[in-house]
Amino acid sequence: MRARFQLNGQPVAVDVEPRMHLADCLRDELGQTGTHLGCEHGVCGACTVIVDGAAVRSCLILAVQAEGSSVVTVEGLSTDDALTPLQTAFRKHHALQCGFCTPGMLTTAHALLTEEPDADTARVRSVLSGNLCRCTGYIPIVEAVLEARAAYRKTDKP
Amino acid sequence: MKPVPFEYHAPATLREAVELLASDPDAMVIAGGQSLIPLLALRLATPSLLVDLRRVPGLHAIAVGDGGVRLGPRVRWRDIEDHGPLEIAHPLLQEAIAHVAHYQIRNRGTVGGSLAHADPAAELPGVAVTCEAEITLVGVAGSRTIRAGEFFTGPLTTVRQRDEIITELYLPFWPRDRHWAFLKFAQRQGDFALAGIALFYDEDQDGRVRNAHIGVIGACDRPRRLTEVETVLNGRPVDEVLIREAVEIAARTVDPPEDLHAPAAYRRALVATLVQRGLRRATQPRSV
Amino acid sequence: MIGINRYIGSPVERVEDFRFLRGRGEFVGDLRREGMLHAAILRSPVAHGRIRNLDGTAARAIPGVRTVIAAAEIGAVPRIPLRLLPLPGTERFLQPVIAADRVRYVGEPIAVVLADSAALAEDGVGSIALDIEELAPVADRRASGKNEILLFEEAGTNRAMTFTAVSGDADTAFREAEYARRERFSVQRHTALPMEPRGVLAEWDAVQGRMTVLGAAKVPFFNRDTLAAMLGLALTDVDLIENDVGGGFGARGEFYPEDFLIPFAARHVRRPVRWIEDRREHLTAMNHAREADCEVEIACRRDGTILGLRGEIFIDLGAYVRTNGLIQPRTLAQFFSGPYRVPNVDITSTALLTNKTPSGTYRAPGRYEASFFCERLIELAARDLGIDSAEMRRRNLIGAAEMPYKLPRLEPGGPAVDTECDSGDYGEALERCLAEFGWEEKRALQGRLIEGRYHGLAVACFIEGGGAGPKETARLELEADGSVTVYVGSAAVGQGLETVMSQIAADTLDIQLDQVRVLHGSTPYLNEGYGAFASRSTVLGGSAVFEAAKLLLEQIRAAAAVRLGGSTEEIELVDGRARSISDGRSLSFAELASERLSVDTAFANNNKLTYTYGSAAAHVAVDPGTGHVELLDFLVVEDVGRIVNPLTLHGQAIGGVVQGLGGAFMENLVYDAEGQLLTGTLADYLIPTATDFPTIRAIALENHPSPSNPLGVKGAGEGPIIPVGGLMANAVASALASFGAMPNRLPLSPACVWLMGSVNESSD
Repeated sequence: MRARFQLNGQPVAVDVEPRMHLADCLRDELGQTGTHLGCEHGVCGACTVIVDGAAVRSCLILAVQAEGSSVVTVEGLSTDDALTPLQTAFRKHHALQCGFCTPGMLTTAHALLTEEPDADTARVRSVLSGNLCRCTGYIPIVEAVLEARAAYRKTDKP
Repeated sequence: MKPVPFEYHAPATLREAVELLASDPDAMVIAGGQSLIPLLALRLATPSLLVDLRRVPGLHAIAVGDGGVRLGPRVRWRDIEDHGPLEIAHPLLQEAIAHVAHYQIRNRGTVGGSLAHADPAAELPGVAVTCEAEITLVGVAGSRTIRAGEFFTGPLTTVRQRDEIITELYLPFWPRDRHWAFLKFAQRQGDFALAGIALFYDEDQDGRVRNAHIGVIGACDRPRRLTEVETVLNGRPVDEVLIREAVEIAARTVDPPEDLHAPAAYRRALVATLVQRGLRRATQPRSV
Repeated sequence: MIGINRYIGSPVERVEDFRFLRGRGEFVGDLRREGMLHAAILRSPVAHGRIRNLDGTAARAIPGVRTVIAAAEIGAVPRIPLRLLPLPGTERFLQPVIAADRVRYVGEPIAVVLADSAALAEDGVGSIALDIEELAPVADRRASGKNEILLFEEAGTNRAMTFTAVSGDADTAFREAEYARRERFSVQRHTALPMEPRGVLAEWDAVQGRMTVLGAAKVPFFNRDTLAAMLGLALTDVDLIENDVGGGFGARGEFYPEDFLIPFAARHVRRPVRWIEDRREHLTAMNHAREADCEVEIACRRDGTILGLRGEIFIDLGAYVRTNGLIQPRTLAQFFSGPYRVPNVDITSTALLTNKTPSGTYRAPGRYEASFFCERLIELAARDLGIDSAEMRRRNLIGAAEMPYKLPRLEPGGPAVDTECDSGDYGEALERCLAEFGWEEKRALQGRLIEGRYHGLAVACFIEGGGAGPKETARLELEADGSVTVYVGSAAVGQGLETVMSQIAADTLDIQLDQVRVLHGSTPYLNEGYGAFASRSTVLGGSAVFEAAKLLLEQIRAAAAVRLGGSTEEIELVDGRARSISDGRSLSFAELASERLSVDTAFANNNKLTYTYGSAAAHVAVDPGTGHVELLDFLVVEDVGRIVNPLTLHGQAIGGVVQGLGGAFMENLVYDAEGQLLTGTLADYLIPTATDFPTIRAIALENHPSPSNPLGVKGAGEGPIIPVGGLMANAVASALASFGAMPNRLPLSPACVWLMGSVNESSD
């Protein structure tokens, strides 16, 4: 079946089996391997992408269900030159070690801070509780997201 | 884990959706997919056809009025969280939904999906049973409305026929001065409840309980009301003596399963604790 | 030692981060090759059985499914050798790379299906007709010890190995002791669970007869040697390439069946083959860890001085002895006493085989378990003798003046495996921990009920043996632009290897950090290498890089002397330039690059382990109504000898503590009586999330550098996890003391804690 959607601001069209989930479609059909698969049953959050402005688990969406939507992945939150404020904060606080859960953390944090730039510590932790990390123990990730809030409070969003 | 192969349709009307379901004994309906897709991934569900409701109009409305609250099947958890009027129109619903899973799941998971999936530890089925909600289904034979208490028949089982689609959840009107509480205990935030309690009661002019409703999730084969506890509460003012009695009856009458995560005795005690804390919470004034 | 340090000791932000933050990491699942086929593995659905028949006809009939490979296609099925502790007798219990006639655990590989997509490969697996005659399983270590059902009939026993650790004369000590107490404890089966499941991508070059395998980790050189032998290839015809690795923690990177099966498949069909493990598969296929129970006793004087420890420990090793399966039993015995002075020790640890997934190392293997057992015993003794928890530790910690302190002799092994705590002041770390934690002020809270919750405190001490030998290799090459490429045999598993090695090289060479490029792990880089395990990369890899850098400086100095004229003594090296002291002429490193300067060296440590050490304290609040334990404060203090990067070091500490907390409270691999794993997905195998343990502090000290390497560093990846189990149990015991709570089993699930707090208050 054909699925047409916006990926990081560009229109894409893919022919996929209905059973293919969006994560596999992004990784295998569209060459965007930044979105990772840590469980494929909707628990770990490594596959989080932003669909129509909302953070979602891309292993729990069929690619064909993304028809007509706007999808943003971790690649779409990057530029080729300087790190974004969110990325800078992650690096500064050592909020990543192996890097496998990181794309899901970044997309989730970006979606949260875009809507709630004043999210407090409890809110940030609560939202990130849907993303598993085995390396960092989460504390530096929470610190990084809290620091990045300042950039999202400005009128020009990153 | 990849699902078995299946066909997929996203029909434009409800009628088409129903006909597609009726046409194939192995067809399944999909809305948010947050409960279904993990089953597909684990190959616990092996449909031949998925019927997606995403193009069918009119299924995601939230209507709040003097008659109560009506939710369409595609209403998502975040829609409930974001819907301002629900804070007064049904605070118990909003509070319960805040406990569902995680941020990303709440952006996709739906009312209809949760009711149809019928996990005994899920929040919405618990609220539905506690509040004597009504569930409307549409199938080839037409439409019917079932009381929540009769809709859920066991773990992951309901009276819904395989050609039927849930089209509405109706919650009766919620008076503003109602006393209520929702408490859930899970090992980690967002996990399914080891046990949870939804309760409400009204007070008559002498401060005595009227219309008590207590529902339990996670500690039974399906959401159930603790009717014996309700009986003992009705007609009396809520004080520590009454709470102690209520707790003792709750512990006695709940019949929890024994499973991987908790022995029955623990769940029983947990229900008792939550009933106690829930009743205490319900007596406290609320800001709205 | 190095002089002025620009980078070593600084919280340098990691060079690795750029690609990970941009979603440009290259994990094996991100790689593809032209014409690649996807593999899925048929795994045993039963815990114990004989394969009667396997029929792949229906699978092969699925369009897109290319072939089914089973034992018959492989012929003589190789068995996986032990990488560590290949003791006599263990050869009886090695795992075949594929099950031929016998299966011994749910998840054991039986066949490989190759198809055009991973989904089709799974369809193929689901269509194989498998006929297995079920045998009664050995469901737990007690059944195993009876030897009524044997996993290996020819061996005549399920007992894989017994270790004993002995010092002094325990029998006499116990006979004469004023106080003794015996208890039983147990730690549950759990697992490392890195966020990236495993994967292998193999390419066979039929023309050259060369095999390239991507997805290597931890010990690529040993695995390359093992694979080459299994495939009948020369070492130089097999390359193992390390890409980005999503966490290891001791479990990823050992040689598993798939590390043979996928390369074999690639050669068999003459196409690249990629296998990516899914999480459900991972929970039965990746090494399990930690399951151990014991009956142990402690002997003391009335003043709390520990005189002896003795007892028996039993480890449930699973169905086979894995490459490093004996490390946990060995370490449990030898390090049972931890950092404490115990003159009389007699500990036996027995590894028993059962029909479960085989177990191997997981961060601080054996030490986490030993610390739980020992700290619980010490705490019980302290309580019985009326001694404060901190004072009990203080009295019994090995003193600085007692260094080096010999640990008990281990058999099998003998003098060859003797080890001793090398250096340091354990008491100093304890005092620092108590002061920072506020032990004196908080003591009064123990056992108190405050706003409906019981409060508890605990303190524990630990040592971490790291820097395992024998050596590590490094090669440095001066590039045309004056930059330096560092090839090191260490492996990256997410710990910041590239950055730490860059810091060491840049400081030693006195050049900018961005002038250093670090390549690691992959076998083509070096003639030999050892890898990342037992917290050795900074100690051995770092020392190798350091030594190589010094040798490179000498080469640069000599080359500059020739070019500038004069002797080498007249050349000084500063800031990336070689300068003649007499006339001030200088050359940049880039200008010397045409000399093709390069150094290839190794650093060996004579198998002397380094010992970081420390203390940790915790404050918990227990809700008796739900059994929930809230960790209100946790502090770990560790002396690591010398800190290269405080940022990454701190990350290791926090990450390790949280893993330890997962083991203490929630992680559990549960089997039923039929040997079926009940906790088969992440919905049932619970690991900590961001909301569970938000209050953890870690302090690193550099008061006592290691005497056994030029950097003075000690291996520091596994220390802070060690005391967590015992600490949590003792804190809960402290909180629920009025109930006589005995938290002797991990995990401390809500149901278990509730049970301990629900008995009527003791009347003592």
